[in-house]
Amino acid sequence: MRREIRFRLNGEAVAAQVAPHETLVEVLREEFGLHGARESCGQGMCGCCTVLVNARAVSGCLYLASLCDNADVRTIEDGEPDAVQQAFVDAGALQCGFCTPGFVLMTRQLLDENPEPSEDDIRHYLSGNLCRCAAYPQIIEAVKLAAEKRRKS
Amino acid sequence: MKRATQSTETPQVGRSVPRLESWLKVTGRAEYVHNLRLPGMLYGKIFRSSVAHGRIKRIDVAAAQAVGGVHRVFTGEDIRKLIPEPYYGPAFHDQPVLALDKVRYVGEPVAVVLAADPHVAEEAAHLIVAEYEELPAVYDEVEAVSSKAIVHDVLKPAGTFPDLKHVKGRTNTNVALDFHLRRGDAAAAMAKAERVFEHRFRTQQVMHTPLEPLVSAAESTESSLTIHTASQSPSFVRMELARLLGWPENRVRVRVPFLGGGFGAKLYIKLEALVAVLSLLTRRPVKISLTMEEQFFTITKHASTFRIKSGVTREGRIIARECEVWWNGGAYADIGPRVTQKSGFTAPGPYDIDNVLIDSYALYTNLPPAGALRGFGIPQLVWAYEGHTDMMARELGIDPIEFRRRNLLREGRPQATGTVLRDAAVDKVLERLETLIDWKKPFDHGSGTLRRGRGIAIGFKACVSPTTSLAAVNVNADGSCIVYCSTADMGQGSDTAMAQIAGEVLNMAAESVTVVHSDTDVTPYDMATLGSRSLFHMGNAVKLAAQDAKQKLAALREELKLPPDSEVSEIFKKKYGMQAGNVVGTGSYLPSYKSPDQNGLTDNATPFWMVGGTGVELEVDTETGRVRITRLINVGDVGTPINPRIVETQLSGAAIMQLGFTLFEKMQFDDRGQLRNASFAEYKIPGLLDLPAEILNEAVVAEQRSGPFGAKGVGETGTFGVSPAIANAIHDAVGVRLTSLPMNPEAVWEKLEEAR
Repeated sequence: MRREIRFRLNGEAVAAQVAPHETLVEVLREEFGLHGARESCGQGMCGCCTVLVNARAVSGCLYLASLCDNADVRTIEDGEPDAVQQAFVDAGALQCGFCTPGFVLMTRQLLDENPEPSEDDIRHYLSGNLCRCAAYPQIIEAVKLAAEKRRKS
Repeated sequence: MKRATQSTETPQVGRSVPRLESWLKVTGRAEYVHNLRLPGMLYGKIFRSSVAHGRIKRIDVAAAQAVGGVHRVFTGEDIRKLIPEPYYGPAFHDQPVLALDKVRYVGEPVAVVLAADPHVAEEAAHLIVAEYEELPAVYDEVEAVSSKAIVHDVLKPAGTFPDLKHVKGRTNTNVALDFHLRRGDAAAAMAKAERVFEHRFRTQQVMHTPLEPLVSAAESTESSLTIHTASQSPSFVRMELARLLGWPENRVRVRVPFLGGGFGAKLYIKLEALVAVLSLLTRRPVKISLTMEEQFFTITKHASTFRIKSGVTREGRIIARECEVWWNGGAYADIGPRVTQKSGFTAPGPYDIDNVLIDSYALYTNLPPAGALRGFGIPQLVWAYEGHTDMMARELGIDPIEFRRRNLLREGRPQATGTVLRDAAVDKVLERLETLIDWKKPFDHGSGTLRRGRGIAIGFKACVSPTTSLAAVNVNADGSCIVYCSTADMGQGSDTAMAQIAGEVLNMAAESVTVVHSDTDVTPYDMATLGSRSLFHMGNAVKLAAQDAKQKLAALREELKLPPDSEVSEIFKKKYGMQAGNVVGTGSYLPSYKSPDQNGLTDNATPFWMVGGTGVELEVDTETGRVRITRLINVGDVGTPINPRIVETQLSGAAIMQLGFTLFEKMQFDDRGQLRNASFAEYKIPGLLDLPAEILNEAVVAEQRSGPFGAKGVGETGTFGVSPAIANAIHDAVGVRLTSLPMNPEAVWEKLEEAR
């Protein structure tokens, strides 16, 4: 039942044997030891499992791994720390940290599309990510800060 | 960047140090039990009861056992072979590791399938068939008092905690604990009062939903057990497992890394006994990760009913108050009895009332168990007494803030128990709320179908007592410092706060201090991370430990004839001839406490009081009943903040969480006790679109003199006033009074219809 898929993971060519029902989050965790994308609600409602597939954010707890054949997959573990992560640290925009990677990835995607988002833009764009600790005011602050950092650099 | 021997004169306390683990969290590398995979590990999937109350007639696991890849299926009877009395719990030993003889709620664990592949285990669990002889069930907390449906045949008090020692075993009752307080003569004063008001309030059952669902793993040998668990109370887990197994505590090791949220869900003992027993029975590591859905069947927040009655004089002074509170504890007591008592005694609110009567009841029902959730019952009480306060003020024609001011419990005055209020800035919190919300300025109440209102509420809490924290502070030969404590950092920032406290004493930058996470083989005992107790209790213990280390270093300097300002590394180099050795300071903190007498009275009920107030401005759409919060003001007495930014995040985070419990969150059960909305698709928690347009947080200038550097706990403070402030503001906007939570559009609209 398992078949091999080949894809690029954080820039590196990799392969994995996956079963048809296995999700992207499971394969990242079990085959590659990557834990930054994590299953929480299991329904694509909370954003903790956010992964970028071909530069688009997907819910990794629902996205089947077999669909990643030949895809470019990027996770929070990719690359050097950036302005968005620095902004989340500086603004204190995290508490337990479980949702944080999802927020960071979505913030990057937001700022790529819209370098100067209004507060309303931020609230709407990130509304699919949940933070039970409710660090939302600080997250909004972090996104604004990141936009500013990016514009300056 | 951490520097091992960074020495500084800069004060560490009062600095907004970014969380020590910030980079681990923004890069996804923080350690959670969620991530853990052990060699040879089996995954467990739980088969759950489909009836609310019934005798187990038969559990057929044959089909599940026959699935390829299934290691083994276990039921309660298998557990009994290892532990004859496999019942656990902090207040009562009432909860079986897996259901035995009876099931008591829909969703109760009945059997477990173990497999190396969790998908196989899940598929097999679906093939288990159980037959029950159904029994009458009870769901409502008030009905449970007189119901013929009895959830537990015999009550089994645990007697573990000194404050719950009075809990006695009973039969033929659903009342797990009843707490009574009698101060003065409430009935006589009520008869003398000019006006008497009586109201009834309800709160609904909700769930913590930490985004890292409950998870535990166990590995074992013949003589030892290691538990990796997302727990707020590793010391309690160790004690309880050792008791169940009849082992000494040193054979049970409990490790806790970061928690992906807790809020009270991960307290005491949850999955730990199950994974421990399964590991011992299979001699394999076993892990159970709950799904979000399963969390709703594990632990919840008490639904409650509160009847409150007050007698008021012509001058608007409250002279008598009766409080009758029923707490819906669900099928297992968990910490409900402590909620009933510890929160129960603050039921009259932060008001100076000479004649008080409190009856507070912890009830068993056939619903998922209820325990502690960010406030330990306080938000349920404040919901009632602050709604009641506003309703009386409006009836009496007195401004609601002025009415509160006339009756406020002030510094130096005895609270209902007789314990005198000290370092509790109730008056300041009220005063700052009044200023920040511009209470005296005219307010635009809107027009047409969009009406505006504003409201405030204040609440207070007595920190649970008596509880103990111990800590150790290790200074290495290079001068670097490690703090050992069993406080779990579940997002509240305790690692950072403890590092700041140790750093303050030892003149080190907090960023250079390492905090070792709970590991009962390594870190000393701590009662638990709960009820906003850790900053105060563990903070005091860490401070004492750091002072002890500092004294030992000073003694070494003297012994070695080194100048008092010599570098720490010099001490060790001179003593050992090289970079070697270390100094360990220890600290232990246990506040004094006096148990309540037969009237519920004591002059020493708590080591500190927490005070929180909320002000809101909102809009009500009279066509849809939708409430939109436009301004949320959170004010708290948190003593002197150790880390102002983290304090602010705690205040606003708690208030936003409570906003969900106020406006929309509700576990919905059908008439057979089946939960209908156990998922984020149907149970909504606050997201960015629910955030008020403006949020203001303020810690009033205050000092908790007995706290570490004037500090006290803050984790729950922001929750206290939110719900009643919103109800009061809705009344201000549209003149209708809601007395049940949540105040969703449907509920508000129905009230508006009644009034039309």
